[in-house]
Amino acid sequence: MQDRSFGFATRSIHAGSPPDPTTGARATPIYQTAAFVFGTTEQAAELFQLRSYGHIYSRISNPTVSAFEERMASLEGGLGGIAFSSGLAAQLCTVLALAQSGDHILSSQNIYGGTVTQFSITLRRMGIEASFAPVEDFAALEAAIRPNTKLLFAETIGNPSGTLADLDALAKLAHKHGIPLVVDNTFASPYLCRPIEHGADIVVHSATKFISGHGTTMGGIMVESGRFDFGSGKFPLLSEASPGYHNKVFTETFGEYAFLMRSRAEVLRDVGAQMSPMDAWILMLGLETLPLRMEAHVRNAKAIVAYLEARPEVEWVRAPEMGSIFTFGIRGGREAGRRFIDSLELWSHLANVGDAKSLVIHPASTTHSQLNDDEMRKAGVAPEAVRLSVGLEDVADLTWDLGNALEASQRGALAESAR
Amino acid sequence: MILETPAQRRALLERSKSVAVVGASNNPLRPSYTVFSYLRTQHRYAIAAINPTIAQIDGVVAYPSLSAYAQANGAPDIIDVFRKPSEVVPLVQEAIAVGAKAIWFQYGVINEEAIALADKAGLDVVVDRCMKVESARFNGGLSMTGLNSGIITSRRSETHA
Repeated sequence: MQDRSFGFATRSIHAGSPPDPTTGARATPIYQTAAFVFGTTEQAAELFQLRSYGHIYSRISNPTVSAFEERMASLEGGLGGIAFSSGLAAQLCTVLALAQSGDHILSSQNIYGGTVTQFSITLRRMGIEASFAPVEDFAALEAAIRPNTKLLFAETIGNPSGTLADLDALAKLAHKHGIPLVVDNTFASPYLCRPIEHGADIVVHSATKFISGHGTTMGGIMVESGRFDFGSGKFPLLSEASPGYHNKVFTETFGEYAFLMRSRAEVLRDVGAQMSPMDAWILMLGLETLPLRMEAHVRNAKAIVAYLEARPEVEWVRAPEMGSIFTFGIRGGREAGRRFIDSLELWSHLANVGDAKSLVIHPASTTHSQLNDDEMRKAGVAPEAVRLSVGLEDVADLTWDLGNALEASQRGALAESAR
Repeated sequence: MILETPAQRRALLERSKSVAVVGASNNPLRPSYTVFSYLRTQHRYAIAAINPTIAQIDGVVAYPSLSAYAQANGAPDIIDVFRKPSEVVPLVQEAIAVGAKAIWFQYGVINEEAIALADKAGLDVVVDRCMKVESARFNGGLSMTGLNSGIITSRRSETHA
């Protein structure tokens, strides 16, 4: 064994995946099994008491899934990771690891609509209250912190607004109040940004996006830094005897591993939102090319932004400085947006991002179609806004398709005005 | 020598045969019990507890002192230390006297005088690390739990070959 700090691309391929110890298989095998045979009753008891390492039941851990978890922990620079069935499951379980009925969480409001619903509707029904404030308004965020606030949540790149979070400042704010900063890093991927390097304590992803990279697989991951002090007294779920696990005091027994151990042994175990071995295997295959794909996504996105900015049918382009997902406004509002989408040939009209295929969605005619124009603007989505997730096709083919559809989007308007 | 790299710690764990855990508790909630129990059930090392306040842990005899252990068994290859940092200088002196080869200070057991003393006497010294975690780093235990072991290799594990 040699001592070396390996680079990001090397770890994208190798972390978590040494040759299979049993067979020598170089690719990590798909361990498609529900349960694992114990050696002796002594070993079984040690496993159940969390004193030894090993697999019991694939709802809690599985060798293929563990390999994916370790690879993500390595890429994000964390202590360890836990995989979940989706990004929403990853963030739900993160909240449940820290907060219970009567507690409060604080979130950026520049986030995915599904997360807003999870926090403001589903968690509220479970007795956990959520507040929201603009991610760049630190005074409003700080004013919303209460004695029972358990975490601050933000997205590295807000969906769909593209707002970049100042993670260093958010971490400072959270830590000033003794709470961890939880960052959804889905739109950046660890190739473009590693929130733990900017002070974040917990990182979550929808692995369905750039980690999969091919729009094939649902998955989520949570990575924790191991740096946050959960033994301060503010997190009784971690620092007081746990009736859910042999009255263990996780912070006392596990030190820096307390959060990850409790999140797996209690939260994942009881919620049952585990990742399947097959899905972990596909996601690891995706990770092997993450650096190559992200370079190409960003390169293509820059070319598409430049193309759109020069088009007369485009009123505005709002592209963050990072990533390959952005919105633009089409002249002619909601109707022009609808005609634009209906005229595309190569771009896929669907509700996902981070695929090798280029994707498009028009919120006003889909996710926000029940709102009128004023209501949509209040929700932060312009009626003319179109969201693009730029894929890996030839730029010339992508702009050919966009150009045709942009022209078509205005034809209806001309026909209408001629009438 | 102070062992600062993963490869050095791995080599120490692989060449050692006996471990004396100083300050091992018989309270299952304590980290020292967890580490002791892990090392005992790995069946990789001859393991003993050093604790004058208890007679045994899970059937393994607890010796009142390092010297008492050494009298019965000879010097241990590794002394694993769960003690207050302020109390470890005399322990290092005792370790040197019995001829121990390595001393391992667990998380938070940091005493510069004790470290320097052990280093100067030629012991291998590990500081602010957990023997359970480091064992699991190299035997695949951390990886099984989704923890970042830092291990990158395309060589087949020898322990399973």
